[in-house]
Amino acid sequence: MKALEEQVRTLAEEVALLRGELKAQRDAKSMDTATESRVLLASSHVEPGTLASSAAPAAPEPVASQVPQTQATGGTQLQTYGGATSNAKLLNPDISLIGDFIGNFGHNNVTPSRALELHESEIGMQAIIDPYSRADAFFSFGETGVSVEEAYATFTSLPAGLLLKVGKMRADFGKVNTIHNHALPYIDRPLVTNNLVGGEDGIDDAGMSLSRFIAAPKGWFMEGTAQVYRGDSDDLFTSYRRQDLSVVGHLRGYRDLSESTNLDLGISYARGNSAGLSFAPNPSAFFTNLYGADATLRWKPLRRAIYKNFLFRTELFWSARDQLSALNFFETQHAFGMYSSAEYRLNRRWTVGGRFDRSGRAMNANLTDTGFSGILTYWPSEFSQIRGQYRFGHLALATPGDFSLANEFLFQFLFVMGAHGAHPF
Amino acid sequence: MHRCSFRTRLTAVVTALAFSTTLLAPAPTRAANKLQIMTATTDLASLAQEVGGDKVDVESIARGYQDPHFVDAKPSFLLKLKRADLLIVVGLELEIGWLPPLINQSTNPKIQVAAPGYLDASRFAKILEIPTGQVTRAEGDVHPLGNPHYWLDPENGLRIAKGISDKLSEMRPGDAAYFAQRYADFEQRLKQADERWLAEMKPYAGRKIVTYHRSWPNFAEHFHLNVVGYVEPRPGIPPSPQHTVELMQLMKREGIKVIVVEPYFDLKTPNAVARETGAQVLVLPPSVGGEKEITDYFKLFDYDISKLKQAFDATH
Repeated sequence: MKALEEQVRTLAEEVALLRGELKAQRDAKSMDTATESRVLLASSHVEPGTLASSAAPAAPEPVASQVPQTQATGGTQLQTYGGATSNAKLLNPDISLIGDFIGNFGHNNVTPSRALELHESEIGMQAIIDPYSRADAFFSFGETGVSVEEAYATFTSLPAGLLLKVGKMRADFGKVNTIHNHALPYIDRPLVTNNLVGGEDGIDDAGMSLSRFIAAPKGWFMEGTAQVYRGDSDDLFTSYRRQDLSVVGHLRGYRDLSESTNLDLGISYARGNSAGLSFAPNPSAFFTNLYGADATLRWKPLRRAIYKNFLFRTELFWSARDQLSALNFFETQHAFGMYSSAEYRLNRRWTVGGRFDRSGRAMNANLTDTGFSGILTYWPSEFSQIRGQYRFGHLALATPGDFSLANEFLFQFLFVMGAHGAHPF
Repeated sequence: MHRCSFRTRLTAVVTALAFSTTLLAPAPTRAANKLQIMTATTDLASLAQEVGGDKVDVESIARGYQDPHFVDAKPSFLLKLKRADLLIVVGLELEIGWLPPLINQSTNPKIQVAAPGYLDASRFAKILEIPTGQVTRAEGDVHPLGNPHYWLDPENGLRIAKGISDKLSEMRPGDAAYFAQRYADFEQRLKQADERWLAEMKPYAGRKIVTYHRSWPNFAEHFHLNVVGYVEPRPGIPPSPQHTVELMQLMKREGIKVIVVEPYFDLKTPNAVARETGAQVLVLPPSVGGEKEITDYFKLFDYDISKLKQAFDATH
């Protein structure tokens, strides 16, 4: 009986709360309409909150239209309760999901991919941590498993103009290595990424990054970055001992040629222990040195930025890889690879592009792959993207001089949910 | 021969070094006492200049003829942001696509979000079109916090100027009287100007117009215009044939004769609609600097109002 009474009492309380909530919403609504009655600046002006001038009572409190309804009606107990839960949500990080669906048709004997796949679902969580740092985390759910693509804290308030990042991140090696799959201007990555720079994930490792602007000639922006990583990056670097760290250095120079045109140049260096040598007697003595140079030219007229723009980019890579030869001798393979790409925005929704690829293989520089792609992209809105890519490949086979031709058509559909933070320029 | 070439080389190296040190020497220090202010848009720059006077150096990141939703986060802005004492932003997620990376990479602790040198002007303004209920992107690129084009109401301009003046006084207490006096002067001039603008617009009160993007609700509210349609089917979504046809029907039905287009949008669809409906396309800058002669906040309204009047008179 007592329990029943208790229950009735709670129910009554709940009804009272709901009534209050309803009233609050009604009040807020009438408040909204009230704010529409306008006050002419010339006749009577009231400052929001702070400035009490000749205070015309009819003046809308500008803040009122901004604050959530709960506060607009003054804090009854209910409002505080509801406010507390909804306000706690405001501290949640920005959460986003980007789905990357890829279809692949045609002929490729060397590096075939599946006909249809949800290549990646990238979940991003981004937030300001405290007054001194922020954090960005991106988890990549692929067809075969989950990986932390990046998760790092950025310390934005260090002395001496230093910017420190700590966590797992894509290394600042050239341009394409830093770009997430969904932000690439093509569906696949350039051949050289796969051949020389560690495959799709590229140099992506746990470590620390320190960068700083460097004094530069007038009109130039220069930035230097030094990074140290554990030394494990796919099939590029492997850390055989704890002290086998890898390092990456990057120097960037940027210049506005005019209001609409700019030039972005960079040189990069990376060094780590060659991957795949755990069977060797002393794998820590085998290094891979990577050198890179990149150049980007952008044109975007400010008045028509959303309709017309052009970007040309080229990156060159040199790889010097210590390894064991077929006869188990120590050898260094020197391979070169590059790509050049261009994209032109035709109008608000369409972009055309092309890419030329050429790259030796890191482990056997005698084998060279060449390719060409044509790309067409359509944006229904800022939050989805449809892309087609024709890809031709002249791909080397294991015996030198032998090759296979690849003719493929790739199709991609990208969709963005939630608030995905802007990427650096 | 060899010795000579060595000497030449040495001279060359020394010259190069000397040259590079001059190049690399830090830029001459700026007028020591001036506050360095960066703003996201030109309108905020103009307001900051009004109250800051000669105690401040102000520069805007976006240009007045540029779509403020889509600005490239160029590294050249980083150098300016690094030196800034104060960064004033429009807020309400207008700059969400480009400002956060600039702030993060600026390595300037003073202007980080919520630091003393970060000022969100939307805090002071009256905000319209705050969505209620569920917000989804089926509505297009909606701003969940409300319409960020709030500076187009002179009352908001005054509120923002007051907010900036208070901030400047807080940062430079010694100059508080100066900023207060500048603000008082600005308030008086703006009120006079607004009286004039309202009088000029009075004959057109209630006039219906169509705009390309939802940039004008504050302007329309203050000057009693009635925005009844948009060239964009949804904010941020380019015009579609079906919506364009519906818009033409609406304009014919309601007798709407003016299509207001921001300077950074394509005129193809508005022109087609105008041809079909006998309306006039009016390119109207929503920001200071949108046209050469719009050099400050006052001239923005002078220009827009005179253009609107011409268009209303011509199409009546």
